[in-house]
Amino acid sequence: MRAASTFFWRRPYWYLALLLVPPLLWFGTVYLGSLFALLAQSFYRIDDFTAQVVREPTLATYQQLVTQPANVDIVLRTVTMAIAVTIACAVIAMPIATYMARYARGRMKALFYVGVMLPMWTSYLVKVYAWRQLLAKEGIIAWVVGKLGLTGLLDALLATPGIGGPSLSTSYIGMFLVFVYMWLPFMILPMAAALERVPSSLLQASADLGARPAQTFRNVVMPLAVPGIAAGSVFTFSLTLGDYIIPSVVGAPGYFIGMMVYVQQGTAGNIPLAAAFSVVPIVLIFVYLSVAKRFGAFDAL
Amino acid sequence: MTAAIEFRGVSRTYGEVRAVDDVSFAVEPGEFFAMLGPSGSGKTTCLRLVAGFDTPNRGQVLLDGADVSSVPPYDRNVNTVFQDYALFPHMTVLGNVAYGPRVRGVAAPEREQRAREMLELVQLAAQGERRPAQLSGGQRQRVALARALINQPKVLLLDEPLGALDLKLREEMQIELKGLQKKLGITFVYVTHDQGEALSMADRVAVFNKGRIEQLAAPRELYLRPATPFVARFVGGANVADVALAQKLGEATPFAIRAENVDVQVESTAIPAGSLAAPGAVVAVQFHGAASRWQVRLDAGDTWSALIPETRRMNGLAVGGRVRLVWTREAAVPLTSS
Repeated sequence: MRAASTFFWRRPYWYLALLLVPPLLWFGTVYLGSLFALLAQSFYRIDDFTAQVVREPTLATYQQLVTQPANVDIVLRTVTMAIAVTIACAVIAMPIATYMARYARGRMKALFYVGVMLPMWTSYLVKVYAWRQLLAKEGIIAWVVGKLGLTGLLDALLATPGIGGPSLSTSYIGMFLVFVYMWLPFMILPMAAALERVPSSLLQASADLGARPAQTFRNVVMPLAVPGIAAGSVFTFSLTLGDYIIPSVVGAPGYFIGMMVYVQQGTAGNIPLAAAFSVVPIVLIFVYLSVAKRFGAFDAL
Repeated sequence: MTAAIEFRGVSRTYGEVRAVDDVSFAVEPGEFFAMLGPSGSGKTTCLRLVAGFDTPNRGQVLLDGADVSSVPPYDRNVNTVFQDYALFPHMTVLGNVAYGPRVRGVAAPEREQRAREMLELVQLAAQGERRPAQLSGGQRQRVALARALINQPKVLLLDEPLGALDLKLREEMQIELKGLQKKLGITFVYVTHDQGEALSMADRVAVFNKGRIEQLAAPRELYLRPATPFVARFVGGANVADVALAQKLGEATPFAIRAENVDVQVESTAIPAGSLAAPGAVVAVQFHGAASRWQVRLDAGDTWSALIPETRRMNGLAVGGRVRLVWTREAAVPLTSS
């Protein structure tokens, strides 16, 4: 035992190799390997007559993706929803994360962190189906709205073209609510972590130099919270882009990217198109991150 | 003349802890005022009360004669150099310095011009485009200073500003800060736990202990005539005889005697007239270069120290040996027995 310890102490590279090789093998093959295998599929195409995958490199599948209006609609619909969900999560998370990071102490802080994570400990499916009940035409939300005498308002909202529908549970508004509910913790936690790292002396220095609280928020807190918001928004954005359960349980009948992947690789048996669809979120996240970097989102890191 | 800063019976408590306990004092305009004390003595809380980061539970804080107890920091004509410098990491050095004018609505060309002038004042004109993270500790300290001075405050607050610097740099910055204060004529309030720093820079020093001011005096006065045992020990590093010890040594009232005024002699020598003596045993001898500090455990109880110049030969005296500490009555400083 002692001899082995000395051996590795003298040869730190062997020690690092011992530490890293097994997990890197696992990560490289299981995560990245399968991802690239999937991506490779998107450069094949399906033969329309035989319904067999033709294993020759081609851009035909991508051409199909970007030229068929139905497919473009699906991408636009999903991206719009993902942007709306991300913005809503950021707006709701900001005050909560600020309170958790800057004001809460001791038990209150623990309570908030547990409170934010607690919903993630229950089954995802249970929550989605529970939301369908809540949002249903005779569900508790409609009932409460009725008791408050605001049914007219809800009906007007549901009559809005594009986002409305017969009831909350069959409209994009309902789907949006469920998405925001699901992914909010993924925004709050990185945001709170970023804000925790801002020393309070920076805020005092800002006030000391004459900045009113709103100016301090804009000039100091926001720029330093941006890496956290960026991290959180990658979660909310990509989770929304890839999800197929929420759009199939709650909301209007239009397809989302995740559902398309599910359908194409399953019943339709079009693995190349499914792979091409799953490339879309990856590309979008890359674009998003490079734009964020261009605007200096990570300068404070 | 209206005082630049005045505390009137100010208290600040956190639950049971009395951080500042019924403190009153005034700082004159243009004065270099030091607040000296160990950590937790209330000096930093007093600074925060002046800056507006904290509000008193009782009493009033006045700036230029006006009660500011409920005025927020951004409406006070006071600026702070923070202990950790608190530079904004996402802004350039120039952006940091120009921040004060920026939030006060000064147009970009003018505030950049002023920021460049401030950077020149602290000899960092060439570093304007860098980020704080790319600077050394001493440079960051100068940026913090330039940023705090750009708003032309009536009072500059400095919270242990040199604490993170190494000794040589610290001594250079002490001279520079003092020169800057003379040049600008701004009131400086300087918080430190380093008595050497306070004594060498300040016009007057307030010595804090347990939320109260023990003594407020000029450095020389503080060193030569400490009023309380705490001040005698903390500022002068003096030996203190409380009432009981003073009586054993033949004096009616408590007194302090600084180590450089105490001599170490063999027990057999005669005690000169007008001198006092206390027998004891040598516990340790620490070499300090020009002098050595002899720690002697008195038979009467306490351990005292004597500073003996290296030029003196101490034949036959060593650790463990019996000695007698001797000092003149004039060198002893009477203390109030608090």
